[in-house]
Amino acid sequence: MQDNANTSSFTAVHDHHGEAHAAHNPALLHHFAEPQQQRDAASLGMWVFLATEVMFFGGLFCAYLIYRRWYFPDFAAASKSIDATLGATNTAVLICSSLTVVLAVWAAQTARRTLLILMLGITMLLGLAFLGIKGVEYKDKFEEHHVPGASFSFDHVPVPGHPGEFANPRHAQMFFSLYFVMTGLHALHMIIGLGIFTWLLIMAWKGRFTPEWHTPVEIGGLYWHFVDIVWIYLFPLLYLIDRHP
Amino acid sequence: MANAIPQPTIPQVERENYLNKEYGVWSWLLTTDHKRIALLYLLSITFFFFIGGFFALLIRLELLTPAGDLVQADTYNKLFTMHGMVMVFFFLIPSIPAVLGNFLLPLMIGAKDLAFPRINLLSWYLYIIGGVIMLHCMLTGGVDTGWTFYAPFSTSFTNTKIVEAGIAIFIAGFSSILTGLNFVVTIHRMRAPGMTWSRLPLFIWAHYATSIIQLLGTPVVAVTIVLVAAERALHLGIFDPKLGGDPVLFQHLFWFYSHPAVYIMILPSMGVVTEIIACFSRKRIFGYHFVAFSSIAIAVFGFLVWAHHMFVAGISVYSALVFSFLSYAVALPSAIKVFNWTATLYKGSIHYDAPMLYAFGFLGLFTIGGLTGLFLAALGINVHVTDTYFVVAHFHYIMVGGAVMGYLGGMHFWWPKISGRLYPEGWARLAALIVFIGFNLTFFPQFLLGYMGMPRRYYDYSHMPEFQILNVLSTAGATILGVGYLLPMAYFLWSMRYGKPASDNPWNAAGLEWKTASPPPTFNFDEEPVVTWEAYNYEELDAPHKEEVPVAR
Repeated sequence: MQDNANTSSFTAVHDHHGEAHAAHNPALLHHFAEPQQQRDAASLGMWVFLATEVMFFGGLFCAYLIYRRWYFPDFAAASKSIDATLGATNTAVLICSSLTVVLAVWAAQTARRTLLILMLGITMLLGLAFLGIKGVEYKDKFEEHHVPGASFSFDHVPVPGHPGEFANPRHAQMFFSLYFVMTGLHALHMIIGLGIFTWLLIMAWKGRFTPEWHTPVEIGGLYWHFVDIVWIYLFPLLYLIDRHP
Repeated sequence: MANAIPQPTIPQVERENYLNKEYGVWSWLLTTDHKRIALLYLLSITFFFFIGGFFALLIRLELLTPAGDLVQADTYNKLFTMHGMVMVFFFLIPSIPAVLGNFLLPLMIGAKDLAFPRINLLSWYLYIIGGVIMLHCMLTGGVDTGWTFYAPFSTSFTNTKIVEAGIAIFIAGFSSILTGLNFVVTIHRMRAPGMTWSRLPLFIWAHYATSIIQLLGTPVVAVTIVLVAAERALHLGIFDPKLGGDPVLFQHLFWFYSHPAVYIMILPSMGVVTEIIACFSRKRIFGYHFVAFSSIAIAVFGFLVWAHHMFVAGISVYSALVFSFLSYAVALPSAIKVFNWTATLYKGSIHYDAPMLYAFGFLGLFTIGGLTGLFLAALGINVHVTDTYFVVAHFHYIMVGGAVMGYLGGMHFWWPKISGRLYPEGWARLAALIVFIGFNLTFFPQFLLGYMGMPRRYYDYSHMPEFQILNVLSTAGATILGVGYLLPMAYFLWSMRYGKPASDNPWNAAGLEWKTASPPPTFNFDEEPVVTWEAYNYEELDAPHKEEVPVAR
């Protein structure tokens, strides 16, 4: 994280107009002095954007944690009704996709075009697998009438660890409301990520990325990792509230 | 033109600048030049300002008489709601950052453009999409919840267009986030050689602090709006107590953004005023570092005071105590600024040009607005004046007396740079005076009304006819204020054609933006600037024969 203003000396000749560099680097936009500055700007931009994303999900996590504390037995019962195996599989899928993203960035840095294409492709397949599994889970919930709304039903579901007690359907509905909003927004982010990776794949196919310029792969990767991390928090919070038999 | 005598003036060959480089609609609608995008914003926020102002005028007309005789109760509810939504989300929040900030930020730090010019254009389009949806919402019925969307009224009871207004604000919110993102990255990465952090104009520091709030606050209100829309559309129960939800949680999430949003409005204005006061007292700003870091402190403290909007909403007395204390704490950095501005004036060579008149107006009105904010932060008084006109008067002193005064002052100060023309100084001073008088006449009576107990959001006060005299004063003031706002628009437009051409630096001001042409060329500077002087070096500017002050370090 170098500061361009501090590192430049006052006496140095500043002869880097965009045009001079544009001759050998078409990726350098006119308003940047040098490729490094452009890369730093793009990378900082993505980090800042991810900070806004943290706040975006933060509001939801805040609402979730408050209601989970208020209605813990009902949340535990509702959490038990969603399939932890599928959730765990999805967690593994996303962790693997993070690995392939890292390998894709490395491939771009070291000019391995085939490996880059392969890794971007595998990442996208893993992303699609995640969405597919998520779709199966949603379908199950729909069939079990666990989708909040008029047809919601959650009657006579025992509270884990408290035999003879039943969950309050209204409070369980709160769990499912938050479950669908949180995982739904997460899935939306996955879909956007797939869109970004489609574009990266096309660019990689055309051989646009070089060891000197592969910023889109890096910042696209940052975004992908972020979406993964959100899931790493969602999984235990939603699936593993109270799994004692 | 058949005059044979040679003209004494040099033939006017206009320099190429960002305005005359290209013509045609698409050269504007597809521009990535931050200066043109700033002008696009200027046009659009002016449009929304007059829509919001129109609603305000109808509100004031209704309150002219105690009886509810101009509009019906439902219409009145919609009027103050739409006034608030339009003014907050479509005028005040974008006002200074998106117009003056967009125009000046790269110029002030010596960059060719913002870091992400296309994202900058995108943010304007998002604003326009949000604005069009908001207009459609207004034309087809509007919203009646108040701009605060309080649940469960907004989620379960009202039949007005909550979801549509929510979508409009959600989209406009992302426009604001992208502007903030662009500013932060630009300030970090695009400064000219020699433009160190402690040489940045305080306008930049103020915008840096503003951007932090835009970045960290706006997403929270966005997700809150998502929850409200989901709750209405899908009948979830997140904020509905009937279904186990908590309406107070809505208020927490809403004010977590909407209180800091006040600082999105006022901080840029403080930045503008700092520039103006330094220029028109011909002095370096007193306590540069304190003013700079007080902006950051306001941004940080601003995130910790939201529940002072909820003292009567049923939060625990202990949390109320903490939030009351923190609300007092946020007064400290604000006071640091006021004292430093005043200290800058001391023994300055003060010029009473129009921008300075607005800055003086800001200084007084912001101080009144801020001090009455302390009344509201005090738990006992808060209970007494909650939901009265005292609150209305307080936040209008901040938002209109503070933010809009700063905006108008900044528009006058930088108008020669933006348009390349001088505005008529006499008219501008008159307008500044009219705005100041109109503003105080409108809102000072509201402090008294509120303290006497007139509730806000009432369209009919016929059981309390003694409130009428103060309401008449307020309505009269609003009319004067309206004239004060129309005047600058008229003479700014006039000056674009008939105004005297401005020199590059008509105020002899410090700052990089004055070292390029008026209006600036598309890429801002003909040569990349290298900064070797400290900010606000007015002593050097005014005594050029003196030996140059050696630069520290």
